[in-house]
Amino acid sequence: MAVRAWLALLRPGDYLTVLVAVAATVLAALQLWGPDRPSLAVVRAGGKIVASLPLDRPGGIEVMGPLGKTLIEVQPGRARVVSDPGPRQYCVKQGWLTRSGAAAICAPNEVSLQLQGRSESYDSLSY
Amino acid sequence: MVQITFQPDASDYRVARYAAAAIALSVAEAAIPTPLPGVKPGLANIVVLLVLMRHGWREAAWVALLRVFAASLLLGQLFAPGFFLSLAGSLFSLAALGLAQWLPRRWFGAVSLSLVAAFAHIAGQMLLARVWLVPHEGLWGLWPVFSATATVFGAINGLITARLLAEPTNPDLPPNRP
Repeated sequence: MAVRAWLALLRPGDYLTVLVAVAATVLAALQLWGPDRPSLAVVRAGGKIVASLPLDRPGGIEVMGPLGKTLIEVQPGRARVVSDPGPRQYCVKQGWLTRSGAAAICAPNEVSLQLQGRSESYDSLSY
Repeated sequence: MVQITFQPDASDYRVARYAAAAIALSVAEAAIPTPLPGVKPGLANIVVLLVLMRHGWREAAWVALLRVFAASLLLGQLFAPGFFLSLAGSLFSLAALGLAQWLPRRWFGAVSLSLVAAFAHIAGQMLLARVWLVPHEGLWGLWPVFSATATVFGAINGLITARLLAEPTNPDLPPNRP
């Protein structure tokens, strides 16, 4: 039986149903197996959480530490430390954080910024 | 003395005949190795769909449930976890077919019904598995695999059903009587 004869068995709505099924499968695979997108930027000062900023809209916060003011900026899907009074500027030079679990730590000013996703991720595991 | 007589009518014979075909397909299919329980063609659903479209939902439900019980019995799976997964899948897909059968036939044929049934089947199985067998969110990570299986085999089974429905009824077949 030729392909055309098989296709003749399909009614117009059947194409729609097949399309929906394929789309549902692809979307489910992307959603469940795709990269874990971070959803929150967690800002800590002196070890305590001072802000949890949603990553779906732009925002920012100024945090006071022992040395002065640390400025944190959030854009959709990413976050960074804009400025920090620390001497070596490591957390500023890290630039934009985009991956879930990524962190920028401004140790001298005791401020940290970490991105959180759906699931907790680990730096390392040992058994 | 009380005498109970049971007079089977034509629909009883039909259900028995179709159920026998569905059971045979289930047992044959059990010989195919599968990577994951639940990833299989589900050929018995062709028979269920055929009955649904020819004789209505009631008889299709009879065939589907008889198939679940008898095939598990034959495979030594009766009341094992696999049996309950199969039963949950069948109940869900029968419920879905009960709704989907009202779709306009002009636009939605056997392929649509088959896909609806296949997706309802995996949904029922996954829900039962999540609640009972693997109480962990990680189970949903398998969803795309089952979804792909349902898409492929749902479409193929639907096409086979449509093909069988298009076939003129064979006059050589014995009538639905003993």
